[in-house]
Amino acid sequence: MWEKKPILLLLLATAAILVGTIITVVLPFAWVNTEADRIETVTPYTALQQEGRDIYIREGCNNCHTQTVRPLVAEVLRYGDYSKSGEFVYDRPFLWGSKRTGPDLARLGGKYPDAWHYKHMASPRAMVPKTNMPDYGWLSANQLDPTMIKRKMDVLGFPYTSDELYSLADKNEMDALVAYMQKLGSDIPWRNAAATTIVGNLKNPYADSDHSTLEEWEPLYEENCEACHGEHFEGDIGPELDGASMEDTELFEIIYNGVPDNGMPPFAGLGADKVWQVVTFVKYYNQGEDH
Amino acid sequence: MKSTEYNYDIVRSFVNWSVLWGLVAVLVGVIVSFQMVDPRLNFPPYLTFGRLRPIHTNAGIYGWGVGVIFATFIYMVQRLCRTPLWSPKLARFQLWFFNATIIASAVTLLMGYTTSKEYHEMEWPIDVMVVILWVVFALNIIMTIIKRREEHMYISLWYMMASLVGVAILYLVNAAAVPVSLFKSYSAFAGTNDANVHWWFGHNAVAMALTAPPLAMFYYFLPKSTGVPIYSHRLSIIAFWSLLFMYLWTGAHHLLWTPVPDWIQTLAMGFSVMLIAPSWGSVINGYLSMNGQWHQMRENYLVKYLILGITFYGLQTIQGPMQAIRTFSAFIHYTDWVPAHIHMGTMGWVSMICFASIYYLVPRIYGKKLFSIPLANLQFWLILVGQLTWSFSLWIAGVLQAGMWTAMNPDGSLTYTFMETMVEMYPYWWIRSIGGLIYFVGVVVFIYNLVMTVRHGEIASTEAAAEGRA
Repeated sequence: MWEKKPILLLLLATAAILVGTIITVVLPFAWVNTEADRIETVTPYTALQQEGRDIYIREGCNNCHTQTVRPLVAEVLRYGDYSKSGEFVYDRPFLWGSKRTGPDLARLGGKYPDAWHYKHMASPRAMVPKTNMPDYGWLSANQLDPTMIKRKMDVLGFPYTSDELYSLADKNEMDALVAYMQKLGSDIPWRNAAATTIVGNLKNPYADSDHSTLEEWEPLYEENCEACHGEHFEGDIGPELDGASMEDTELFEIIYNGVPDNGMPPFAGLGADKVWQVVTFVKYYNQGEDH
Repeated sequence: MKSTEYNYDIVRSFVNWSVLWGLVAVLVGVIVSFQMVDPRLNFPPYLTFGRLRPIHTNAGIYGWGVGVIFATFIYMVQRLCRTPLWSPKLARFQLWFFNATIIASAVTLLMGYTTSKEYHEMEWPIDVMVVILWVVFALNIIMTIIKRREEHMYISLWYMMASLVGVAILYLVNAAAVPVSLFKSYSAFAGTNDANVHWWFGHNAVAMALTAPPLAMFYYFLPKSTGVPIYSHRLSIIAFWSLLFMYLWTGAHHLLWTPVPDWIQTLAMGFSVMLIAPSWGSVINGYLSMNGQWHQMRENYLVKYLILGITFYGLQTIQGPMQAIRTFSAFIHYTDWVPAHIHMGTMGWVSMICFASIYYLVPRIYGKKLFSIPLANLQFWLILVGQLTWSFSLWIAGVLQAGMWTAMNPDGSLTYTFMETMVEMYPYWWIRSIGGLIYFVGVVVFIYNLVMTVRHGEIASTEAAAEGRA
């Protein structure tokens, strides 16, 4: 019968479409973003961070970077604590993405110092030689527009002060983007919870390696350390490395756990074995052939 | 009734423009694929991967896909209803408004005016244009159906009408936003809600724009090309209603393991697996319609396109549900496997059907014999090889990438850094680009064949052209 009545067919089709829609799309509004999944420490974006977020959207960063860590072992190890619904209540739009051409950024905030981001954005390949990320140094040339940002904050209903807006006039788009990067995923104190505790006595299994063995570990240094500490340990974003002045175990703890307050990320993800290799390389490489 | 009363002018225009946007979509796709292998090919601020990739996807969906929908629906609705188009003037307006919308989309996306929502990146003024366009189109189709002279509505008309309401509902809800200025708005939904609404849109845009319309074309152009009817009317009824009912539950399979409530994910997973049945209902109906006609695969290039197209639909609707299962999604999601899957659907299934439909239409709407069947066959092999190269390279890459992302050492640490996994992708990304290039050449051959048909094709009455299959 419906095959002869177009209006009936249209109504039936609409009904068929609406059943699944109401149950899986309309109904969830009763649970999601309510008090039930609110997290006390999650705050709205500041004017600078929100502008950074809009630049992230404008440049289509979400085409290559996701922003949600799944509760899977390898993923939590690689990126950090898994994402919670309450962390996204101020995100309009959501930026979870669908493809990781580059790494996930949900827990990027606080991982690196600001200086790392400025250098990396200006020339990603200077830091990570084989990356395919385009350069974004040109963002530094664009000043922010406080009037427009005020309108945005008003629409979003986020709190701001006039001093805060006033200070934006001296900032550029790169400042905003970096401020946003540092906010990502850092509203909950997951880093403390995720910090590893080293148990037992530490002993460098490679302490007696000869110089040629050390050279085999150079790529590890190049990939993980060189961008901040320089090609010859001379330092750049991070301090100059004078390995000889520290105990092996001290170096191990710094590299393994990082020094978050000083911008040194933890490298526990490399595994203890590789961290010992880096320790040995940093400490003994410059001490010459005798070791 | 004489075919001369049908309005073919507007069909011609839509065919021409959609083919142009299709060429743009494939060309930009090839360009962004090379940007992935060599970042020096990014030219900021406008020509970066982040800004060009949405132009590739939206030109493909809205320029090529929807353009062909406009062309074929306006043709099919007249033939199936045995009546001329309700309002040719409205259709003419629709054509120019369509092109204005596509151009406005491309320009604003290049400028960086984007909502970031995949396949719905255009900012709110363009959303308004899309809505006007769709309402005008739907009105014309529905009014033509209402004043039809054929009482019974054929299968293709059901899918067309479902597409008309489906796209309208999806697009309107997902477009909800609060404007800040002409070029900037914020989503009406936040965080997890926004994600859930968006992927309900994202997945069902595939259903309502890239599944129902190609099925409408398939159900019409297959019997027209082979000269024998669809195998089972009853099967097509079951497949239609169950497809329409089940699709809407599945959006959250794009969000497995995210903060979206578990029960929504589980429903999405279950319904995705169930969707195999209605999808394969159409596939099997297509195959069984070929009973005793399989020799036409050799003799009739249109049948070759249509049957390969429906075969890729079958493969797509097996692979999709597989990816929608939590355990497999945990492994494969976010890797290069996913674009390989999408491109089997777009380059294989949807575009194969669109190419076939246009090959069927052009001789009839221009009253000329196709310029070259050998060229049509050449194009078939180019796009088939191009697409398989594209998809297979990234399926392999995706499995490799997933394996490396999850590999762990005996001490519980990760085996590979992210960069170590990315470096492994480069050879596969190169092969993908080559696949894309082969496909691009196929599209160029297609356009050459069409242009030569229109310019130099042997003149024939539409009836004679209709006979000119072989």
